[in-house]
Amino acid sequence: MIRVNGETIDGAEGMTVADFLKSHGYPDRMIAVECNGMIIPRKEWGETCLKDGDSVEVVRFVGGG
Amino acid sequence: MEILLNGHRTETDAADMVQLKRQVYGDFGLDADACKKCIWIVEGFQTDENLPLREGMTVNWIQKGIFPPKEEMESMLCARHTPHVYEKAKKARVAVAGLGGLGSNIAVMLARTGIGHLHLIDFDVVEPSNLNRQQYFIEHLGMYKTEAMKALLSHINPYIEVTIDTVRIDESNCLQLFAEDEIICEAFDKADAKAMLTEQILCYCPDKTLICGSGMAGYGPSNTIVTKKLNHYFYICGDGISGAGPGHGLMAPRVTVCAAHQANMVLRCILGLDAEDKEDSNAE
Repeated sequence: MIRVNGETIDGAEGMTVADFLKSHGYPDRMIAVECNGMIIPRKEWGETCLKDGDSVEVVRFVGGG
Repeated sequence: MEILLNGHRTETDAADMVQLKRQVYGDFGLDADACKKCIWIVEGFQTDENLPLREGMTVNWIQKGIFPPKEEMESMLCARHTPHVYEKAKKARVAVAGLGGLGSNIAVMLARTGIGHLHLIDFDVVEPSNLNRQQYFIEHLGMYKTEAMKALLSHINPYIEVTIDTVRIDESNCLQLFAEDEIICEAFDKADAKAMLTEQILCYCPDKTLICGSGMAGYGPSNTIVTKKLNHYFYICGDGISGAGPGHGLMAPRVTVCAAHQANMVLRCILGLDAEDKEDSNAE
């Protein structure tokens, strides 16, 4: 079981972060990804696999300032 | 007892404000008309009440319309601060990344608060469409925002240090740029730049505090703009959803509300408080 932004997500175990983000439609240039309290840098998204018990925060930014 | 009078440690035998005023007006030879033009600020609060004096109290008196002596100006500038805030603010070093709608407002608020060292970074020049929400004047058009803002801040609080870097922030320079800064305000316009800075700072500078802005376009309710704590070193201000885009403009009120959230979070971090700590609820 994996939690993303507080919600339980089924079937994400074993997916890479990159695949997970793509399959859930996140706009990849506008987000930062934290897993178990640690930021995962963009360049590691393709090789980091989600595992049971992970708690993921996808921080999504919108433009304007 | 000793009090701090206009920034000077001052011995006085006055027991209350009426006695202190009598003493000061006598020392300065002020007539009744001049006395009427004076305001008195006791521990951050402007009052005519005859409050009792206590050891160590901060008291300021200001003659309206008279330019103060240079050595008393700094004490007068922060006379309305809550006591002991200015001392802590003066020791802090804060970076503002981007000097547009968020950053120009944040920089002005932090200068008024007396943050001792401000580090301002932006690559762009001031143009007319900036003036609907950014803290610049017509006379700044065409100037680099860094240089315009530095000039502007010197008219607000000349007792702070301001360092500027006129450069576009990207992955190749950001760690070096912010090496000396304890707290960083993200104040970019573009969402991908916000994400880039967040990743770089949180990943490679875990001891720095990052305060971002996201979601302040349009004229939706002010009350949807909040300060959200993601962890002890990472806060996001805004409503999280109102992005700028065709049909969704950026205007002074909501942009300024969001900038104020960021500036207040900076102050709270300097005072050792989190987004919603309540132990400071005595007045602020």
